Amino acid sequence: MQIYLPIAEISLNALTLFGIGGLVGILSGMFGVGGGFLITPLLFFIGVPPGVAVATGANQVVASSISGVLAHLRRRTVDLPMGLVLLAGGVVGSGAGIYVFNLLRARGQVDLLVQLSYVVFLGVIGTLMFQESLRALLRARRAGPRRPVKRHQHLWVHRWPLKAKFRTSGLYISVLPPVGVGAIVGFLAAIMGVGGGFIMVPAMIYLLGMPTKVVVGTSLFQIIFVTAFTTVMHATTNHSVDLVLAMLLIAGGVIGAQVGTQIGLRLKAEQLRILLALLVIAVAVKIALDLLLEPAELYSLAPPVAP
Amino acid sequence: MRRLAALLALCAGLWFAPVVAAEQVVAGLSRSDVAITARFEGSDILVFGAVRREVPIPEGAPLEVIVTVQGPSEPVVVRRKSRLFGIWVNTDAVTIDRAPTFYAVASTAPLADILAPDEDARWRISVPRAVLSFTEERGGDGPRGAFTEALLRIRTAQGSYQALPGTAGMEQQTLFRADIGLPANLTEGSYRTRIFLTRDGRVVDRFETPITVRKVGLERWLFNLSRRQPLAYGLLAIALAAAAGWAAATGFRLWSR
Repeated sequence: MQIYLPIAEISLNALTLFGIGGLVGILSGMFGVGGGFLITPLLFFIGVPPGVAVATGANQVVASSISGVLAHLRRRTVDLPMGLVLLAGGVVGSGAGIYVFNLLRARGQVDLLVQLSYVVFLGVIGTLMFQESLRALLRARRAGPRRPVKRHQHLWVHRWPLKAKFRTSGLYISVLPPVGVGAIVGFLAAIMGVGGGFIMVPAMIYLLGMPTKVVVGTSLFQIIFVTAFTTVMHATTNHSVDLVLAMLLIAGGVIGAQVGTQIGLRLKAEQLRILLALLVIAVAVKIALDLLLEPAELYSLAPPVAP
Repeated sequence: MRRLAALLALCAGLWFAPVVAAEQVVAGLSRSDVAITARFEGSDILVFGAVRREVPIPEGAPLEVIVTVQGPSEPVVVRRKSRLFGIWVNTDAVTIDRAPTFYAVASTAPLADILAPDEDARWRISVPRAVLSFTEERGGDGPRGAFTEALLRIRTAQGSYQALPGTAGMEQQTLFRADIGLPANLTEGSYRTRIFLTRDGRVVDRFETPITVRKVGLERWLFNLSRRQPLAYGLLAIALAAAAGWAAATGFRLWSR
């Protein structure tokens, strides 16, 4: 069934869009990533203009994140205070990111920046995560008398001032590192046109020392606001949110998020991390190949950007 | 004396003018407006008509017909990637001030056989002539040439520019028809439709009429809202997303009980 999208100005199959939304929703519920990294290239691939794909993808992520967070809230796996602190940093970073995005778009270098940041961040994060979770998985396999898990690891972030208790995460740390992490992720997210879950989830696990189970729900919680903010910014500055497209993606996305949450709860923390790491690496490799291999068409067309 | 010569020339011009239109186009379109609705999948336009004559069919080459449909023009930036430090990057860009978003030309035979180059230059009928302005054409061999060629190549591959030789039909040098398929990714606006009759490569007569393409209903409403009330539109998008997310979560909770 073909549906005409009024902002994208193209006619696409409604079932395809529903399927894309569903797939991305499952990942979102499982890993606490918004899925923007996947939805943007997929939409671009089926013919949606890149600007519309980025902005509408953000809108879809709002819906699947809300769906996922509500499922996690019921299981008490969302650290609300931590989410709010991360968010405070995220809003600042996101505003700065959109400013830089528009600046670069006018110079035609946005694609490059987006792709380079994808490759660098996803590559590094994916590899580190993979190593860590593989080690953890092997340690768990070796069975034997299980060593007591060190509950309070003293990472560098634990010496900073302005300490606060984050009960759900079992942390007593300064609020400055979460604010900083939120700001950096918000900035990158706005430039890369994604919610930033990909960077946020590993940062929460490894930089802030949060338990993996809490990370997914908390990440989704703050992604709701970052992507909602991004959606409004894109709608007001670029007029590139397509509501018809968004509704079709959302219909699949919210259902997928519920399914993903169920799958995630049945997996061990190490398994969850290793799958996420593999996914991150796969995306990084794919984009790296796009940059390294000679494209079939060297030229591309784009509407001019008003100065 | 000079004034008299000018007067004579004028009279001669008036005298010869009607001769040019000895064969005239009478044409119609299957539809003169295209409404883009939610279920829009493109639209086929049938251009049909007849040739009216006051005199018998002239001797010589048969009458040929060319039908063109041209969408609204918009500026476009053409970028070129090249290898920089081992990766492929957009390095050069050229802005083309006006290029039609859609152009199709259907004819009874290849344009090279039925249209003289100077007539093509005058009426801008073939795809490159119609798409590129005079200045772009002149820069065709210069550094911009590769970019304008890329524009033609990419839009042709997308189906936005179509050269359709041999698809128009002409019966007994009198009745003609041509089908033009408008794709689903149409830009709103007035689509200029032209019909040319040619004989021996010369344009004998021509006819021009617009096709109006516009969004209607929900598509129209959403498009207008996104432009006129962008903030309200953005908030609406978020409200709908939130409602959908909540509905799914609630639905699953009730279902899994």
